[in-house]
Amino acid sequence: MEKQLEKKHPLAIRWLHWVNFPLLLMMVWSGILIYWANQVYAIRIFGSELFKFFPPWFYDYLNIPFRLAEGLQLHFFFMWFFAGNGLIYIIYTIVSGEWRALVPIPASFKRAPLVALHDAHIVKKLPPQGKYNDAQRIAYTSIILMGAGSVITGFAIYKPTQLSWLTALLGGYEWARWEHFYLMVGYVLFFVVHIFQVAMAGWANFRSMITGYDIVDAIEPKPEPPVAAEEVPA
Amino acid sequence: MSDNKEILLEKVREFEKRTGHTVDSFPEDPNNTASVLKEPRYLSEPLSPEEARRQMFARSRRGFLVGGVAALAGIFGWRWMSDETKTALYKRAFALNERVSQIFYSPKRLAAEFPETRVTIPARFNGAEGLDEVVDVAAWRLRVGGLAGMTEDLVLTLDDIRKLPRTEMITEFKCIEGWSTIVHWAGVRFSDFAMHYSGKVRQDDLPAYVSLMTPDEKYFVGWDIQSILHPQTLLAYEMNGAPLTNEHGAPLRLASPTKYGIKQIKRIGRIEFTNERPADFWAQPEYGYDWYAGH
Repeated sequence: MEKQLEKKHPLAIRWLHWVNFPLLLMMVWSGILIYWANQVYAIRIFGSELFKFFPPWFYDYLNIPFRLAEGLQLHFFFMWFFAGNGLIYIIYTIVSGEWRALVPIPASFKRAPLVALHDAHIVKKLPPQGKYNDAQRIAYTSIILMGAGSVITGFAIYKPTQLSWLTALLGGYEWARWEHFYLMVGYVLFFVVHIFQVAMAGWANFRSMITGYDIVDAIEPKPEPPVAAEEVPA
Repeated sequence: MSDNKEILLEKVREFEKRTGHTVDSFPEDPNNTASVLKEPRYLSEPLSPEEARRQMFARSRRGFLVGGVAALAGIFGWRWMSDETKTALYKRAFALNERVSQIFYSPKRLAAEFPETRVTIPARFNGAEGLDEVVDVAAWRLRVGGLAGMTEDLVLTLDDIRKLPRTEMITEFKCIEGWSTIVHWAGVRFSDFAMHYSGKVRQDDLPAYVSLMTPDEKYFVGWDIQSILHPQTLLAYEMNGAPLTNEHGAPLRLASPTKYGIKQIKRIGRIEFTNERPADFWAQPEYGYDWYAGH
């Protein structure tokens, strides 16, 4: 059967995506160096501590203790590149029209669970989709909103006096720090799921994020879909 | 959507599966996200499978080569960069951040104030640099240098400070470590003090920086003039309704929500107005904190 090369990911999206990886990594890493100096968050249920951020072995294993100044240096250096990269990505998706493939529509929220069930091999049918399915649309739009959230909560912690209105809007200085921290946890969870999904989706999908292209079966010259379906005897 | 549409779509998928053909992936179906948002597709001319593989391989080779080189350049470039270069880079970043902060800085923007009930009791203690000896408040003097037309330091007593207008505020004290507490401060606005003693008529005529240090000169901080003239920067002599204790900087300290705690020096011994950027304890190279550390 004839094939076609389909351009899936524009050059800009690919670079912005891959450049974001080390930048986010540095922001998370330096953030943890900073967080160590006041490690107060834990997951608690009815007052009992389920998981402390972070257990001592974690700090020791990664050699995190007593590196607050270094963490601040890294954080306030890479923040420009992280925010800049994200801003360029948002502008690019808007200007290029790429947002159409990424933004969920109301039906996406109804169908995303179906996609998840399909991925889990519970449901056979995959809802109709474009370049990205409805679960991906929600995930990839959420991660951008989270990025914006990190920048905004970051501002609220960084300049709580000059931007006191923003800090107040986020519930105050300590809440803003909490929000900033849990957005980071969100990135890490996203990353784990993302890697898993990419591994499940296979090589061609991964390759397309590097080359931009994928091989697809050639489309027949415009068969009227429903008619075509009916013309074929069962 | 209606059952009919669902059935039609089912048939399309069934047809695709049976014949191995891909029907247009974006049929005009209101359920299809791609068609609703008019998502475009970019497809090459139909190619033989061999030709498609060949082209894909060429693209892969290029993509992975460029990506690999970029990744290696990033990793090894960062690894091979000397610590001196990195330190210089961070210093420049801090300097840039400071410039940007000052462009947007306004003394009219105030930190939130809190009701008395929110005050953190007991006050958290941290940092004893420059507080080794117990202070004798009666013998304590504040020396002030860099005043217009004076070569010698001006020497003030605590009573001289107390005579200036008293200001109180309940603000959040933020440590660079990440914790914060709410403190009730009483003292004199630094701006009131500066305009009373500096010999200048206008704030704009003051030098660009203020240097402050403990009597033993073991702890010292530098402030930019804008932040220290902020209406919420106090020369504080009371904390939570009582005179400052020894560990919180008796008899006089700086209190301000415009900078981290490291800048709010305890037990001030000398203040100097200067046009030279003053040294700062935690901004020394061996510690590496941000000189500006401004909020």
